Amino acid sequence: MLQLNATFIGQIIVFLLLLWFIYKVVVPWIADPVNARYRKIAEGLAAADAGQKELAAANTRAQEIVREARERARQIEELAQRRSREEIEAATREAQSESARIVAAGEAEAVNEAARVRDQLRRELGALVVRGASQLLEREIDARAHERLLERLAEDIARG
Amino acid sequence: MAGHESASEFFAHHLTHLTVGSGFWTWHLDTLGMSALLACIVGLLFWVAARGVRVDAAPRGLTSFAEYIYDWVDLNVGDSYQSKDRRFMNSLALALFCWIIAMNAMDVVPADLPSGLAGLAGAHFWRVLPTADVNSTGAMAFVVIIFVIVAGIRAKGVGGFLHEWIAAPLGGNPLLWLPNVLMNFIELISRPVSLALRLFGNMFAGELLFLLIALFTLSAGPSLSTVGLFIVQVIAGVAWSIFDCLIIVLQAFIFMVLPVVYISMAEETHG
Repeated sequence: MLQLNATFIGQIIVFLLLLWFIYKVVVPWIADPVNARYRKIAEGLAAADAGQKELAAANTRAQEIVREARERARQIEELAQRRSREEIEAATREAQSESARIVAAGEAEAVNEAARVRDQLRRELGALVVRGASQLLEREIDARAHERLLERLAEDIARG
Repeated sequence: MAGHESASEFFAHHLTHLTVGSGFWTWHLDTLGMSALLACIVGLLFWVAARGVRVDAAPRGLTSFAEYIYDWVDLNVGDSYQSKDRRFMNSLALALFCWIIAMNAMDVVPADLPSGLAGLAGAHFWRVLPTADVNSTGAMAFVVIIFVIVAGIRAKGVGGFLHEWIAAPLGGNPLLWLPNVLMNFIELISRPVSLALRLFGNMFAGELLFLLIALFTLSAGPSLSTVGLFIVQVIAGVAWSIFDCLIIVLQAFIFMVLPVVYISMAEETHG
């Protein structure tokens, strides 16, 4: 029952053939793609990890940018408000000075006009006085000769 | 057929090999035939399965199963063998495990079925369980121990290998050389012998128990007690088949792991 015989040799050959076939064909065909797959999966996981990190970094950067933009907007708004306030003030000042100038000019014109009208009235009055006096004296007064006198007279009338 | 046999004839019928030749040059045709057939089936199944392995597609069916087996073997080998290139060790473990499982599985084939078929084909004997032949288990153990020796020499060189034979495990003192050689010799012999006899013993005992269970109704006539005996035989046969399935896998697992451990130890430096 426990006798070893030529079957032993035969079984060694059978076993070595099976081992050779598995070593040369089966294991490479299974192990190579499976190992490649494991590598690929590991790479994919690493890439996913890196992507996650990148996403986090991008999020931080985006928040930073938004914060900066908000800050800039606030600054710009402030600047605009200040500028508009300044412009309004400048315009107000200008308008006030313009109105003062216009009022002053109007007043000056009114004074001038009054003086001119008065002057004319005086001249007309003078002429009237001269004509009246000449009629009264029934002779012509040489206006040129009495210009000085007549003017004083006209001034007196205009004043009085 | 069984009805005409006595118990001793029955055992002789089931425990005798179909042979050619005589003396040392006796060939067990049943052992060789069954183991070669099962090796072909294992090889063919793995060949078909391995053809379907793809890098970027999920494995399906048989391929998935083969990948799972390979992964499992790789995991077990990696537990005791720390080298980076495990391809040869995986191959050895895979070949041993699958082939032994296939051969052991022949144990649960009903005892009279293969010998009956062989009888129809004109053969008087046909033992279907190759691992119940010490030539089978001995051949595998022999190949394994050759690999152990080769691994030791490859890892340490001839000088280092011989040095360990005289200087380990007890120490390099010249007084201890003889005990060292003796212990190494015992280890060298005991490993393949224990590997071979463990598997052989388990499977032979399993086979024997199936034959004993079959004796219940061996020479029983058509009577009421035969029905009772038949029921007992069926229950006992089913129970032992279930238990034997554990033995089949366990013994294959042991024969897969121990060679890996032996080779791993042979590559380590001692003494």
